[in-house]
Amino acid sequence: MTYILVLEQILNGLQLGVMLFLMAAGLTLVFGVMGLINLAHGSLYMVGAFAAAAVAGWTGSFLLALIASLAAAAAAGALMELVVIRRLYQRDHLDQVLATFALILIFSEGTRWLFGSFPLFLDVPSHLSGPVSLPGGIEYPLYRLTIILIGLAIAAGLFLLIARTRIGIQIRAGEADREMIAALGVDISKLYTLVFALGAALAGLAGALVGAIQSVQVGMGEPVLILAFVVIVIGGIGSIKGALAGALLVGMTDTLGGVFLPQLFAVFMDPASAASAGASLASMLIYILMAAILLVRPSGLYGGSA
Amino acid sequence: MMLTRERLLNWAMIAALLIVPLAAWSLDEPFIITLATKAAILALAGVGLNIALGLGGMISLGHAAFFGIGGYAMGILAAHAQNYEPLFAWPFLFEGSNQMPLIWLVAVVFSALAALVIGALSLRTSGVYFIMITLAFGQMLYYFAISWSAYGGEDGLSIWVRNEFPGLNTLDPIQFFAIAYVILCLALVFAARLARSPFGLALAAARQNEDRVEAVGLTPFTLRLIAFVISGAITGLAGALFADLNRFVSPTMLSWHTSGEIMIFVILGGVGRLYGPVAGAALYIMLEHLLGGISDYWQIFLGLLLLLIVLFARGGLIGALAGREKAHG
Amino acid sequence: MADLVLQTNKLNKSFGALKASSDVSLDLLTGEIHALIGPNGAGKSTLIKQIAGNIAPDSGTVELLGRDVTRLDTVARARMGLGRTFQISALAMEYTVLQNAVLGALGGQGRPFRFFRNVMKDPGLLEPARDALERVGLVDDAGRRTADLSHGQRRQLEVAVALTLQPKLFLMDEPMAGLGAAGSKELTGFLDGLRQQAPILLVEHDMDAVFALADRISVLVYGQIIATGTADEIRANAEVRRAYLGEEDAA
Repeated sequence: MTYILVLEQILNGLQLGVMLFLMAAGLTLVFGVMGLINLAHGSLYMVGAFAAAAVAGWTGSFLLALIASLAAAAAAGALMELVVIRRLYQRDHLDQVLATFALILIFSEGTRWLFGSFPLFLDVPSHLSGPVSLPGGIEYPLYRLTIILIGLAIAAGLFLLIARTRIGIQIRAGEADREMIAALGVDISKLYTLVFALGAALAGLAGALVGAIQSVQVGMGEPVLILAFVVIVIGGIGSIKGALAGALLVGMTDTLGGVFLPQLFAVFMDPASAASAGASLASMLIYILMAAILLVRPSGLYGGSA
Repeated sequence: MMLTRERLLNWAMIAALLIVPLAAWSLDEPFIITLATKAAILALAGVGLNIALGLGGMISLGHAAFFGIGGYAMGILAAHAQNYEPLFAWPFLFEGSNQMPLIWLVAVVFSALAALVIGALSLRTSGVYFIMITLAFGQMLYYFAISWSAYGGEDGLSIWVRNEFPGLNTLDPIQFFAIAYVILCLALVFAARLARSPFGLALAAARQNEDRVEAVGLTPFTLRLIAFVISGAITGLAGALFADLNRFVSPTMLSWHTSGEIMIFVILGGVGRLYGPVAGAALYIMLEHLLGGISDYWQIFLGLLLLLIVLFARGGLIGALAGREKAHG
Repeated sequence: MADLVLQTNKLNKSFGALKASSDVSLDLLTGEIHALIGPNGAGKSTLIKQIAGNIAPDSGTVELLGRDVTRLDTVARARMGLGRTFQISALAMEYTVLQNAVLGALGGQGRPFRFFRNVMKDPGLLEPARDALERVGLVDDAGRRTADLSHGQRRQLEVAVALTLQPKLFLMDEPMAGLGAAGSKELTGFLDGLRQQAPILLVEHDMDAVFALADRISVLVYGQIIATGTADEIRANAEVRRAYLGEEDAA
């Protein structure tokens, strides 16, 4: 086990972490501002990936594909908010769960109907493919490094947006007191649509970026959605800072656990059982992490009262 | 009056669930019997969830965990029995089993234990946290099953012959249906008595007002945890039957879509209605069968229907037919 | 000599810079009604919550029936005999009036883990429930849905549920609020008799009721008890007059 392998895996963990952050940021904003739990957030991730794959297929441009993923997911999110979601703000969580689960069925089957059941492929653009040499003698795929940088840049932008801009002030005010900001004359329904579309766009971008490493297929958003839930439960629902901390923690734990647990087990087990026991435990590691954090802090690392 | 109408409707449903497969049997249509068996088993899973969800107000998106544990209890016991590989040799030799009563017992015990652990952790929180955490724990077991290569991993486990029940031929569809139906009826009776019991009164009060329950000296956490365990155990029993119906168990039973579907049975029928899961599961099977015959993408219609019910018809099917719910008692 | 039922010793509780309770010591004796009054924001709710067990004090102790209960939760204190009514009605709104009372009786009996018997046919629960409803004058409404009750009736039901617990003391948070003159008067008469059964710590804004009922009155201002005494003593207390009426009137 060389330190280069460790560093590489840390970068992989970071990459998973920033992608999870893009997903979790939207979920946690929507919950913080509107008090809504949205299971269909994974569908927006899928919409972004499919839009990117389709546009890349037509135009051959990866940049256009990324723009398409942002636009398509934002549009799908805005539409979702206008037609369904806004009827759910006053409803209890059960209704929100059911209605957004229904949206998943509609989006997934609709996408399957449009694009078929076979996965699409979104290629890494040639100028971003291949490895890059990092200080310390690490060869790391340039595309993954780009994803990390894009993700970190967006995280920074999001923090600036919320800390500095007018919209950000309204968002924070909305988290504190919904009725108050309506009373202050902010057009609350427009704000909600905007926040929802923003979260959707981030999810769509994540879908497109990850889609180039994995395949683009129906249902691809759901494992990520559930990881994003784990992220915001760990970080504290409604907290962007918590989403970042949780995303990095989950990204690292999942990646490093998957690689190093089997090796760790191999120290005192035969290779075959070590591989299988290590893989089993690694697949449960982030949930064990979540349970452990909940035992100490039931409302997450940065959460207020649950 | 309303209550009488709902009761009549309940009787009609439970009778229809018996008459349809009997008629199919006399017409020699085993496929219909299998559909009815599936409806009865899924209804049973819903009856389990409804104790947590309807009575206790716990929005669990992780009930697939218990359904799947029940399924794997059947799969593991039966696989060892059919391969003559002992499951364990200590403290006594156990070679697995193909006897339903024993399989059910194991399914109930293990899903109850899982519900105890998951419930004890999840019930420390409430609201959205509870939903997400139950979902996450369900998913944990899903990934665990996928990586558990000893029992088929992603491919699941097949059983060659349906397990046995003393005195019955379980390979005969109508006899297996009878087993599922009787268990469903027993579970409904149990759930009805539970809802009217001292425990049920306190549990449903904790859903309505936690402060009140504490102020009369009862602990909401304990009430909910017990209800969650009962709920998980019933859903686990349904899982064992479902796996036996298909003679197959796979991680799909543990996936969060399964949790969502069990919840759909409860909602299609009407939340908090005792017989809601029966109506919901039957409706679901009919939709799957009828719409599935028209289009491969029938779940779009299921999604639309569910959306319409949630947005505009809160009472579900029973609510639409029997009117608004009356005050309890 | 009357026994000490409830005693708080130098309770302190701060929220950030705000000192909500400052060395609060008060007690409740058998057979008495002890009223706690004070302007809005004086820290009455915070004090109630520390007595009932919803929040823990930063320092100081709460003793119930001679036992230190500072570390016990609300449930344990309720089981020891603390009967509580809430400022904002805390009732199971979907239930009938009778069901709420039966819930109280079930809590009082302390055996909720019975899964088969029909709770609404259990005479051991129904009798105390009906008795309590009878005493507050709600027995004719027993079959009504709680959500359909008037505000005043809900307050009566709160008291009835507390009664079913057969508590050793009552902790009542503004039971008169929103009752109207007639309702207030009726409840005043009822509470007057109730003190023989169990003493009452009464937080109340209705001064007519307080001065008519209370054996002793404590005045809480800015988290501190500035005076404790009989109605006459409190009326005559200069500090109380200053707190309530402002400087000029006291001078």
